[in-house]
Amino acid sequence: MAGRRPIIEIRNVDKYFGEFQALNDVSLTIHAGERVVICGPSGSGKSTLLRCINRLEKPSAGRLTVDGIELTGAKDTLRRVRTEVGMVFQQFNLFPHLTVLENLTLGPMRVRRISRSEATERARKYLDRVHIPEQADKYPAELSGGQQQRVAIARSLCMEPRIMLFDEPTSALDPEMINEVLDVMVELAASGMTMVCVTHEMGFARKVADTMVFMDEGEIVESSPPDAFFSRPSSKRCRQFLDRILEH
Amino acid sequence: MAGVTGGAVARGNGKPGTGGRASKTRNALGKRTLNALGLVKSRAIPVVLYLIVMYLLVRVSLTGAEAMGYNWQWYRIPDYLYRLTDDGFQWGEISLGLVTTLALSLQAFLIALAAGLIVALLRLSDLVVGSALAVAFLEFVRNMPLLVLLYLFYYVLGPIFALDRYAASVLCLGIYHAALVSEIFRAGIQAVSAGQWEAARSVGLSTGQTYRFVVLPQSIKFMLPPMAGEAVHIVKSSAIVSVIAVVELTTTGRNIIADTYLSFEVWFTVAAVYLAITLTLSIFVTFLEKRYAVKN
Repeated sequence: MAGRRPIIEIRNVDKYFGEFQALNDVSLTIHAGERVVICGPSGSGKSTLLRCINRLEKPSAGRLTVDGIELTGAKDTLRRVRTEVGMVFQQFNLFPHLTVLENLTLGPMRVRRISRSEATERARKYLDRVHIPEQADKYPAELSGGQQQRVAIARSLCMEPRIMLFDEPTSALDPEMINEVLDVMVELAASGMTMVCVTHEMGFARKVADTMVFMDEGEIVESSPPDAFFSRPSSKRCRQFLDRILEH
Repeated sequence: MAGVTGGAVARGNGKPGTGGRASKTRNALGKRTLNALGLVKSRAIPVVLYLIVMYLLVRVSLTGAEAMGYNWQWYRIPDYLYRLTDDGFQWGEISLGLVTTLALSLQAFLIALAAGLIVALLRLSDLVVGSALAVAFLEFVRNMPLLVLLYLFYYVLGPIFALDRYAASVLCLGIYHAALVSEIFRAGIQAVSAGQWEAARSVGLSTGQTYRFVVLPQSIKFMLPPMAGEAVHIVKSSAIVSVIAVVELTTTGRNIIADTYLSFEVWFTVAAVYLAITLTLSIFVTFLEKRYAVKN
């Protein structure tokens, strides 16, 4: 990644939930166009780290800079950053009272302030991109889990963000629907999008990741290119984790 | 509807071998017997019960009235509803009182909705001062008898802010019900999952936009039934303004009786009018609920 400019800089970030320390002195630099996959046992702070990047969680200490904007909590910078950072959730979190198309146009119309016709055009483009153009007028509850997650990805893309965050996007899906979502994510990766994914899909990680990050107990234990990461992880904890999830 | 479902379940459980627990099976068999008589499925039972109760009530009133030698003069009541004179059609006092009751209730309800929403949003906000204010307001209003609150508005705030009795009544009812309405708003808003907030934030919507486009539209279906109950409640509690002589339905009733001593006839009529309003509201709400239920 040499030569590319850093787009996310995380410096010595701590996060406490009451007494519990979810993040412990985490530092990580992500460059424009880089695809980072974060893995680790549950409770290791992966999701918390991801949620700090678009400030759904407020770090207790440390500094975070996204696309040159330092996240201090000031409202205007917060919204600016959020429009540049798309997020896909484990539970999809589509707006159930709106049709697929309305889910996709809400943000662009209300935040980006583009016209309805332009927003609709853009929504159709991204529905095409996630391979479900025919579902535009349905309500989320009428779609399968895999389709809902693809709509959620399209919803984020409609904001034309520079960075996409994925928080275990396939964990809530039935097995037969995982691939349709991963395929979309692989295509997105191929388009040059900066992506940070928390996932246990190691096949996907091998295919797209530039950098693998392993977290445990709130710390980044290992951060290396996938080749090195999978073949010769340097830490014992990481090796144990990989052994456990790659057994089958 | 419930009867139909109950019947279906009962039939399923009643089959030998499928009813797991003995008590459940016995219960199911009981339902089955009722079902065979066509009683569970039909709406007959509630209607019959209602008729029996109404019959007993009327019967007791009539025999009681007879025993005290009450002189029924129902023929004088229609005059208080409407009159056909040489000048043409005229609404009677009771009808005019009804209009005042409806206007009063509607205005109070609108105030309650607006103030209730503000209180609920303050209560849910991150502002410490805001939520403290909201809690103070709620505790004050909820722990105050409505009658005392009305006296406060009429005898204390009235002279200070030059409120007439009608304005004092509307404000008092509005504020009193704002406390109840705000709790309905709060419950409805909190019933929307946290994931919706996160999704809205992640596409960059502000707090206000999130409420307007994402949270409140979803809350409506949670709020509708209790809100309707509140509308019925406000019509009923509006009767209390008769103590400061606002001429609405109840005051009209009292005035007519003062003139005519037709206490039985007038109170029966007034009660029937209140019942008609509240039942109409209830039916309207059932209709609304069904419409919203289909959409989601």
